[in-house]
Amino acid sequence: MARVVLEVRDVTKRFGGLVAVREMVFDVHHNEVLGLIGPNGSGKSTMINMISGAFAPTAGAIRLNGQDIAGTSAHRIARQGVARTFQLVRLLPELSVIENVIAGAAFGHRKRWGREAESFARQLLERVGLGGQITSAVSSLTYINTKRVELARALAGEPEVLLLDEWLAGLNPTELQTGIELIRSLRDEGRTIILVEHVMDAIRSLCDRCVVMSSGAKIAEGTPSDVLTDPEVIRAYLGADEDA
Amino acid sequence: MFFILITGLLLGGTYALIAMGLNLQYGVARIMNLANGEMLVAGAFAAFWVFTAGQVSPIAALLVVAPLAFVVNWLIYRIMLQPLVKRAKSRGALEVDSILATFGLSFALVGIMTWAFGGGFFNYSYLTGRVDIFGSSYAQNRIVAFSIASLLAASLWIWLSYTRAGLRMRAVAVSPDSARLVGIDVHAVSALAFGLGGAVTASGGALISMFFTLDASVGVMFTMKALIIVIMGGVGDIRGTIVAAMILGVAETFVARVIDPGLTLAAAYLLFLGILLFRPQGLFGKKPT
Amino acid sequence: MSKRDLRNLTLASAALGLAALLPLYDTGYLLSIATTMAMFTVLATSWALFSGPTHYISLATAAFFGLGTFVTGLGFQTLPMWMLPLIAAGLGAVLAALVGLVTLRLSGVYFVIFTLGLAELVRQLVTWVQNRTGQRGMYVLTSITERDIYWQLIAMAALVFLVGWLIARSRMGFALRIIGNDETVAKHSGIDTAMAKILLFMISGAVAAVVGAMMAPRYIYIEPSTAFAPILSFQVVIMALLGGTGRLWGPLAGVIPFTLLWEFISRNAPNQTLLLLGLAFLLIVYVLPGGFVGLYERLQHRFGSGGR
Repeated sequence: MARVVLEVRDVTKRFGGLVAVREMVFDVHHNEVLGLIGPNGSGKSTMINMISGAFAPTAGAIRLNGQDIAGTSAHRIARQGVARTFQLVRLLPELSVIENVIAGAAFGHRKRWGREAESFARQLLERVGLGGQITSAVSSLTYINTKRVELARALAGEPEVLLLDEWLAGLNPTELQTGIELIRSLRDEGRTIILVEHVMDAIRSLCDRCVVMSSGAKIAEGTPSDVLTDPEVIRAYLGADEDA
Repeated sequence: MFFILITGLLLGGTYALIAMGLNLQYGVARIMNLANGEMLVAGAFAAFWVFTAGQVSPIAALLVVAPLAFVVNWLIYRIMLQPLVKRAKSRGALEVDSILATFGLSFALVGIMTWAFGGGFFNYSYLTGRVDIFGSSYAQNRIVAFSIASLLAASLWIWLSYTRAGLRMRAVAVSPDSARLVGIDVHAVSALAFGLGGAVTASGGALISMFFTLDASVGVMFTMKALIIVIMGGVGDIRGTIVAAMILGVAETFVARVIDPGLTLAAAYLLFLGILLFRPQGLFGKKPT
Repeated sequence: MSKRDLRNLTLASAALGLAALLPLYDTGYLLSIATTMAMFTVLATSWALFSGPTHYISLATAAFFGLGTFVTGLGFQTLPMWMLPLIAAGLGAVLAALVGLVTLRLSGVYFVIFTLGLAELVRQLVTWVQNRTGQRGMYVLTSITERDIYWQLIAMAALVFLVGWLIARSRMGFALRIIGNDETVAKHSGIDTAMAKILLFMISGAVAAVVGAMMAPRYIYIEPSTAFAPILSFQVVIMALLGGTGRLWGPLAGVIPFTLLWEFISRNAPNQTLLLLGLAFLLIVYVLPGGFVGLYERLQHRFGSGGR
C-alpha cells in the first residue's frame, strides 16, 4: 500500500455542549481518493474544516506527512499542502478568472509568481475546461464554471491533499457527468483527494475507499460497494431522525 | 470606595439605556449607527430647551422627545438606510456603507445643531438637592435619571421578551433570512427597531442632560462609549449590555475620581482592549463557530 | 517594465517636478494652499494603500500625525532635524503594529471603532502626562520655511507613490486584494492575513507620523488638542474616498477639489465645515460610490474605449 499522507487520530470537536465530531480515526494514502460520506449533519464538513484549519479540534491529532497540523492556522496548513474548495462556492468577485487561480498559486504549497504563475494558471484553466474564459469577469460565469475556477484555484498550489467539499452538489444531470469526468481525470493523474459527497454515482465511480460518518462518529470504512451495503450505513441514511 | 461604586452604577444606568438603543439598531437592523451620539445630544438639547423656555421638567419632556426621535429615526432608516441594505452584496459591504452614511449623518447633525444652538456648552439646574444613602450624599437628579433609565430599560426588556412584536424583532436579530421565510417583513421590523433604538437613545440624552454639561459636538464620545458597551456586552444581548454599562460607569467614575478626570476615555479603552484580546465575542457571548 | 509603466512613470515624475517648481513662482497664499494639498495627498494616498484594498476604514490618521508633531516638538532642539522624521516613522509603525495586533485579527467594525477613539485616547494620555510634569504646549521655533516643508512633502509624495506602485505589483499587494475580496479564501490560499494587514497598516501609520513631524514647524505652537484634532482623520478618509481608492492617483483627485472647497467654506462660513464634511460623506455613499475613479471607470466602460 502507498504511504500515508494524512492521518486523523482520535479527533473530537465540541461546540459548547454539542459533540460535532467524536474520536474520528482514518488515514488517507498517497494517490488515493477517499470518500467522506454520511447523512446531513453527521459532521463531515466539520471534519473538513478541521483538516483545513478553519477550526481547531477540541482533542486529537491530524498529521500531514507525519507533522501534526491540528489547531494550526489555516494559512500555515494551506502552505503545508492542504487545499480546499467550499461547500458554497467562494470566488473573488473583483478579480478576473485567471487572477482567481493565481491567488491559489502565489501563496500556497508550491509558490509561483509573475509569468510563471500566469502560465501555470492558464494551464490549469485549460485543464478544468475553462481555457476560453481566462480574462472574463467572475460574475459572468455559469454555475459549473464558477466551480471549475474554484477547483483550479485549489489545484494551483499543487497541494499534497485536495479537499473537495460537495463539489458536485447543485449541478444538473449533464453538468454532473462532466463534473464526475473531471474529478476522475484528476484521480487518474494520481492526486490525493478527500471527497465529501452526497451523489452516490460519484462515490461509487470515484472513491477508492469510503469513511462513513453518522452523528459525528465513524460507523464504517471500506470500499464503496462494501460500505454502501453495510446495514448500519443503510440505517444511518434511511433512519429519518438523524437526517436533519 | 462605596461612593465611587454607587456613583458609577448611577451613571452606568443611563449608559445602559443609551447602549440599548444602539444595540437595537445594530443587533436588529444591522446598522452600525455612528450618529447615535448625535441623537443623544439632540434629545438633551430638546430637554434643555423645554426646561429653560417653558420650565417644563425634563421628565415630562420625554413624552415628546421619545416619539419625535422614533419618527425621525424611522424615517432615517426608511429613506437613507434601507436603500443601502437593499443594494449591499454582502454583510461587509453594508457595514462599510452604513458606517460612511451614518458618519455623514453624524457630521451633518453636528453642523446643524451648532448652527441652530451655537457651539457653547449648555446645562441647567434641575433637582439639584442631595439624598443620603449609606452616609454619603448623591445628587437627586442622578438618582431620578437612574430610576427612569431602569424603568425604561426594564419595560423594553419585557416588551422584547413577552410580546409578539418583540419576538419578531428577536427573530430578525437572529437571522433575517429565516425571519423572512416565516413571513416577517424584515424591512418593517428593522425600521421599527431603528426608530425604537433612536427613541431610547434620545431619552437617555434627555436624562443625562439633567446632570451632564454637553455641547453640540460631544455626541461622538457617547457613540464611542455606547459602542464599547455593546461590544463588551455582546451584540443583541440585553443582559450583557446592562452589565457592561455598569462596569463602564464604575470604571470611569473610579478613574475620574482617583487618577484624573481627563482620562475617562482611557478607562473605556482599557476595558475595550481587554475585551478585544480575551473575549471578542462579548462578556456572555458564546464562541462563534 | 512595460511601455505603460514607463509612460506612467514619466507622467508622474513630470507632474511632481512641475509641482516642485511652485515655490519659485509664489511663496504666499498659493504656496500655503499647495502645502496643505501636498500634506493631504501624502496622507490620503498612504491611507488608501491600506484601506483601499482591505476595506478596513482607518480613522487613526490624526493619532499618527499628532505623534509625529510631538516627535518634532520634543526633539528639534536636541536632535538633528533629519533624524526626527525617521524617529516619527518608527514610532508610527510601532503604534500601528500595536493597534493592528489587537484589532486586525477581528472583523472590520472593531477596527473602525478602535481607531475612531485612538486620537482622542492619545490626546488624553499626552495631556495627562503634561499635567503631571507641569508642562504645557510647546513652541517649535525653527528656521524651516513653508517652502522647505512643501518640498519635503513633495519628496514624501514621490516616495509614497513609488511604494504604492511597488506594492501593487508585489505579492503583498495581490494578497491584500484577495483579503479585501474574501478573507476566508485568502487564509485557505495560504495568506497570513493578519500579518499582511498589520504590515500595510504599519506603512500607512509610519507615513502619517512622518507627515506630522514635517508639518510641526508650520504650526509653531503645538498642544495636544490641536495636534491630535480628530477632524484630520475624517478629512483624509473623505478625500481618499471622494477620489477613489481603486487607482494610485485616486486620492489626489479627491484632495485637490476638497481642499479648495474646504478652504472656501472655512473662510466664508467657518461654522459649516462639519456640515460640509457630513454632506461629502453622504455624497460618496449615495452618488459617487468608488469616487472619481469609479466614475471614470464607468464612463470609460460606457464609451467602450477599452483602455485599461
